[in-house]
Amino acid sequence: MINISEVIETNKMIEKENLDVRTITLGISLLDCIDSDTDAVCDKVYKKITSVAKDLVKTGKEIEKKYAIPIVNKRISVTPIALVGGAACRETGDFVKIARTLDDAAKEVGVNFIGGYSALVSKGMTAADELLIRSIPEALASTDRVCSSVNVGSTKTGINMDAVRLMGEIIKQTAEYTKDNDSLGCAKLVVFCNAPDDNPFMAGAFHGVTESDAVINVGVSGPGVVKTALESVRGESFEVLCETIKKTAFKITRVGQLVAKEASEKLGVPFGIIDLSLAPTPAIGDSVADILCEIGLEYAGAPGTTAALALLNDQVKKGGIMASSYVGGLSGAFIPVSEDQGMINAVEAGALSLEKLEAMTCVCSVGLDMIAVPGDTKAATLSGIIADEMAIGMINQKTTAVRLIPAVGKVPGDNVEFGGLLGHAPVMPVNSFGCDDFINRRGRIPAPVHSFKN
Amino acid sequence: MKKTIITVVGKDTVGIIAKVCTYLANNKINILDISQTIVQEYFNMMMIVDLQASEKAFDTVSDELAQIGEEIGVIIKCQREEIFDSMHRI
Repeated sequence: MINISEVIETNKMIEKENLDVRTITLGISLLDCIDSDTDAVCDKVYKKITSVAKDLVKTGKEIEKKYAIPIVNKRISVTPIALVGGAACRETGDFVKIARTLDDAAKEVGVNFIGGYSALVSKGMTAADELLIRSIPEALASTDRVCSSVNVGSTKTGINMDAVRLMGEIIKQTAEYTKDNDSLGCAKLVVFCNAPDDNPFMAGAFHGVTESDAVINVGVSGPGVVKTALESVRGESFEVLCETIKKTAFKITRVGQLVAKEASEKLGVPFGIIDLSLAPTPAIGDSVADILCEIGLEYAGAPGTTAALALLNDQVKKGGIMASSYVGGLSGAFIPVSEDQGMINAVEAGALSLEKLEAMTCVCSVGLDMIAVPGDTKAATLSGIIADEMAIGMINQKTTAVRLIPAVGKVPGDNVEFGGLLGHAPVMPVNSFGCDDFINRRGRIPAPVHSFKN
Repeated sequence: MKKTIITVVGKDTVGIIAKVCTYLANNKINILDISQTIVQEYFNMMMIVDLQASEKAFDTVSDELAQIGEEIGVIIKCQREEIFDSMHRI
């Protein structure tokens, strides 16, 4: 039988160390909403989302109450809209209409984000894909809750450099369209390499075409829990350090598994995966950077950071895999700048640069995330940064992503304020040497030699 | 049998257990186990209870106990046992 110290330990994690279930994300296929008429598509999309997800928020709240654990976000991911709207949309305005419909549906069911305003163009773009991508700035400026992502490369296909070039321009435009809100639109736009079909985390969530009609994916979190656990093993060997992270990750993941199963049963929707990511928030004590400091660094970004992060990420996975049979999504440690107070401190102290962040993305999930850069950064430079990050993903057979905010009118040293979970970010300097001739080449970077495994 | 864990945390004072137990008895909630300890000068009590015979739903019991907690200045929480089982048992 459960004993009192175990009960106290669990409740301490929840009450004092910010243990929570970060998101229950309901993936919904919209493939059956395809039509040749845009209004008909919008109608079907709205009806499908509001019927499949009508009990999502209520169910989330019931589970919160039953176990007294916060479920911070309830969200929806949908089939990439480039596929859903492809047959109907003739101009960017048609796609924007679908974006507004998604926004309305999200508001109706009470979720805070809906992801899937996406295109998968790792090898080439269809006319519809390109149209959707070109509609992103307006779509993000005229909606509140819609999140967008574009997959521009994969280990199997190489990198679509035409899409990389286009995304540099689109990110600039999105910043311009939302300049009155510190270019907030860019915080809802992710460029991926090797994007997973079942990622529950925003802004990069979409419901892949390999998925069933509806699925529940759950993202757990708990950087604060890991940090606190590590406080008790200061100065111990790496073996003890790793063992502690693994055990903690196991416990955190088991809570996610429980919540996922329960949500799946209550909603009558199959359970998909648990995403093991350590996802920070701007709240004090909920920081991945603080874990790195607890491992032994003065600040995130100090020499040793990449090794410490590699160790952390690997142990989280090892502990988590034992706790759930279906692990997927991004599963690793997130290192967003604006959403992690420890990362913000590191940038402000001058310990963490864009280049070091790039190195860190080689060993952890996702990539250059929520980083504010000067508003006058050129589109080609953004594309160059994207290409670098995509290459890391392609060569290392892992997911990488870029979510940069070229904040209009801001220079290094300024601050960008997004509020809520998105936090605030100091504007980081960017290497300003040119890469235009590289980015202006046409076509794609071929798939790497180790992709030929057949 | 689905068990529920009730935890009471707060400054120690006379009659905490009596209050909680009276409520449980009045609502036909059977206590399977009680243990208590003092952590950093705070009174911590845990009860494992069975709600099966109770006419009240889990949500109601949870809310009413939280209310009693407020009245006597402690925090009373109800949680289903599965969260502890899944976290601490392989």
